[in-house]
Amino acid sequence: MLSSKASCNSHGQDSSYFLGWQLYENNPFHEVENPTGIIQMGLAENQLSFDLVESWLRKNPEVMELKKGGESVFRELALFQDYHGLPTFKNELVEYMAKMRGNKVKFDPNNLVLAAGATSANETLIFCLADPGEAILLPTPYYPGFDRDLKWRTGVEIVPVHCWSSNGFRITMFALEEAYERAQKLNLKVKGVLITNPSNPLGTTMTKEELDHLITFAMAKNIHVISDEVFSGTVFDSPGFISILEAAMDRNLENTDVWSRIHIVYSLSKDLGLPGFRVGMIYSNNKTVVGASTKMSSFGLVSSQTQYLLTNVLASKRFTSKYMKENQKRLKKRKEMLVSGLKKSGIECLKSNAGLFCWVDMRHLLSSNTLEAETKLWNQMVCDVGLNISPGSSFHCSEPGWFRVCFANMSRGTLQVAMRRIKDFVERSNFMGRIKMNYQQNMSSLSRKLLSNWVRKLSSPDPNEHER
Amino acid sequence: MVAISKIATGNGHGEDSPYFDGWKAYETNPFHPIDRPDGVIQMGLAENQLCFNFIKKWVMEHPEASLCSAEGVNKFEETALFQDYHGMPEFREAVAKFMGKVRGGRVKFDPDRIVMSGGATGAHEMVAFCLADPGEAFLVPTPYYPGFDRDLRWRTGVELVPVVCESSNNFKITRAALEAAYEKAKEANLRVKGLLITNPSNPLGTILDRDTLKGIVKFINEKNIHLIGDEIYAATVFMEPEFVSISEIIEEVECNRDLIHIVYSLSKDMGFPGFRVGIVYSYNDAVVSCARKMSSFGLVSSQTQHLIATMLSDDDFVDSFIVESKEQLFKRHKYFTLSLSQVGIGSLKSNAGLFIWMDLRKLLKEKTFDAEMDLWRVIINEVKLNVSPGSSFHCDEPGWFRVCFANMDDNTMEVALLRITTFMHKHNEAMVPRKLCRRASLKLSLSRRRDDFMSQNMMSPHSPIPQSPLVRART
Repeated sequence: MLSSKASCNSHGQDSSYFLGWQLYENNPFHEVENPTGIIQMGLAENQLSFDLVESWLRKNPEVMELKKGGESVFRELALFQDYHGLPTFKNELVEYMAKMRGNKVKFDPNNLVLAAGATSANETLIFCLADPGEAILLPTPYYPGFDRDLKWRTGVEIVPVHCWSSNGFRITMFALEEAYERAQKLNLKVKGVLITNPSNPLGTTMTKEELDHLITFAMAKNIHVISDEVFSGTVFDSPGFISILEAAMDRNLENTDVWSRIHIVYSLSKDLGLPGFRVGMIYSNNKTVVGASTKMSSFGLVSSQTQYLLTNVLASKRFTSKYMKENQKRLKKRKEMLVSGLKKSGIECLKSNAGLFCWVDMRHLLSSNTLEAETKLWNQMVCDVGLNISPGSSFHCSEPGWFRVCFANMSRGTLQVAMRRIKDFVERSNFMGRIKMNYQQNMSSLSRKLLSNWVRKLSSPDPNEHER
Repeated sequence: MVAISKIATGNGHGEDSPYFDGWKAYETNPFHPIDRPDGVIQMGLAENQLCFNFIKKWVMEHPEASLCSAEGVNKFEETALFQDYHGMPEFREAVAKFMGKVRGGRVKFDPDRIVMSGGATGAHEMVAFCLADPGEAFLVPTPYYPGFDRDLRWRTGVELVPVVCESSNNFKITRAALEAAYEKAKEANLRVKGLLITNPSNPLGTILDRDTLKGIVKFINEKNIHLIGDEIYAATVFMEPEFVSISEIIEEVECNRDLIHIVYSLSKDMGFPGFRVGIVYSYNDAVVSCARKMSSFGLVSSQTQHLIATMLSDDDFVDSFIVESKEQLFKRHKYFTLSLSQVGIGSLKSNAGLFIWMDLRKLLKEKTFDAEMDLWRVIINEVKLNVSPGSSFHCDEPGWFRVCFANMDDNTMEVALLRITTFMHKHNEAMVPRKLCRRASLKLSLSRRRDDFMSQNMMSPHSPIPQSPLVRART
């Protein structure tokens, strides 16, 4: 009756990543109205710097009434549906992107294609680069949305490139080769590798070495590289951010084949914190890709009203410089708050310098080194502790026990509540752990039965404990 | 060089159609009353520019609808963060209410069935992805909007099978035509998943009568296939008979509602193509659910949702707008068609849309599509009007052209008419010398009408291709 796309679950929404959101939505935390509700820590949003944008808007009345030099531009905007996008907007975007990369890379606005968010940009790029049944390599752990964005309607497959905690989840040549061979064995033609840099969920920027491996690999296998750089504006600490194009330029690859196989995806949803405005883009030096994706952007153009507003915001250079600096400062501070808060509970995070989240190591809290144990812990975190954090398995992490915890989408107060809840949980778990250990060592089977009943009663927490 | 996808390298984007060639001709030499008075006038773009002053007035009087105003900026943060693919409730409610008003209040729309998309372009592609697998097919009555070839087929892999409609019965969609198309699909081993109708029709400018609609609903129920009703021109019905929506018909006849889906947008009725407000409205819960997830690929900017929610919740404004828009379209349509008839150009009798379906069959050297292309090139290059040839709409009979009339100001309309009448006179003189005496009286009648209609001060015609004033970038 319906298409197989409609009836299957490749939309990926049955993932725990999204289930957690639903649970949050049914019982959302509010400092006053619902203090025992679930705190949303599974949404990588940047809410730290809105006041900066709002104050700019208040100071710029010209934009307020859609006026340009005294004349209302409402009509022109309402009619503007050119899929090339507003030229002034693209000019500002490329300047902004260049600034973010320390002006080490220059972007040509004619190679920039607008899309309805990075979601649409990624899907469109895959439609352009691969046929149904072909494959894209993706280092793990990766953003769960990719399962939908890259595969659902395109019919393209994802082959994971396994990365491990033993080396900080860095992408190695070995891992790339291994994934490629696995794809071959599955009879899948690999068309490209997609990286997220800075990484979601790791919060780290890629090293020069990793980028070089990727480029070398892409050259050797004659495949594309898609670099999703949506978090490039959230780098708040050293080492700095190196874009794939910068790495390619360092190797003087501008006039080689691989240059036209490197594509960047960007959006204003993460660093500028404007996910609602749906501003995504593709940058490519490949004229055919630019041409095809421009036409495809018809299916998801950026509202002209939004293009106009943001053109004006980005044109204010003083504002953008101030914003970038201040935003990074605030992100760093908030991340440090999360890291130190978790440390007090004996929980470590992967050392990170970017992103809106931390990759948290909760392996020691697992009852066993299994996916089931991770899921059990996750259930406890959402339902008992009241924190929607995202389990590593939803990011296809090969090792159980890692969780992505967001820090930039809530107030300081809420983060403090979250830290307290974790502390309580860990202390309770340690206590229960010690009891369990003693009882296993000393008890007879009858006593074990009696004690286990008592333990079970004790381990369901009093909801009133959270109200502090 | 490693290959990119077949989709990217093929021509499924449909831009090689003559529909777009005319736009390119306009692009290289666009008309401007002062700067380029001999340029090509754009009559190939179905835009509604007749009510902007009316709308602009509302926008100026309601600063709270803009996030950037002092009154609206307090909503900035929550709006900028809002990316929920359900869409803002107030947006959905306002759109549902608007859709109901456009149908004279005869039908109510459920805001929870409203799904956003990237314009109707995105909506059509999304519906195709939900209803059909690659290699399956939709039936589409001809003549139809050229964009469907791209929107429904390009990335979806779905096929389109034309339901051939003929001028002999005013392009009516007959049962026989539907059955013939269905059989044809079967013979070609194509599994038909649905029928797509555009009502009011693009390019015909006509609406489907009740009986035809009932017949269509009966047909799709019998075949157990989906019905997609593109009602993007619903509010452009400016004259009797009254518009009848699919949503009304299913209340009157027995129908499996899981088969019924409506595509809508604000691009035509309100003249907001730039804001990308597309809507999928389905009576099928599974489709609503799937489409909603897919809408992630083309959500409406929350900034725009906020503006539209505020605007369309203003009942007084909406009621006046609907009336005003109809009036302006009626006036423009009447003037245009009357002027054309005075030089012997007929068009299909129409009561809706932003264009007319012009009958130039008698100007063809022979009854072929090559002759149609020859005539079209003359119209573009000599008469300097971009009109759209019927073949680009898959019309099965040569000689028809879609000519848009609502995307220009009165002055430009006058220029266009003058060019047409001049051309027709030359043509008529070549055919029948007697028509000389008509010319004098025609001149008189034109100048009288010019005074009646030269009231508004509107800007030059726009197109989606780089002549918009917004495109003159300061580099």
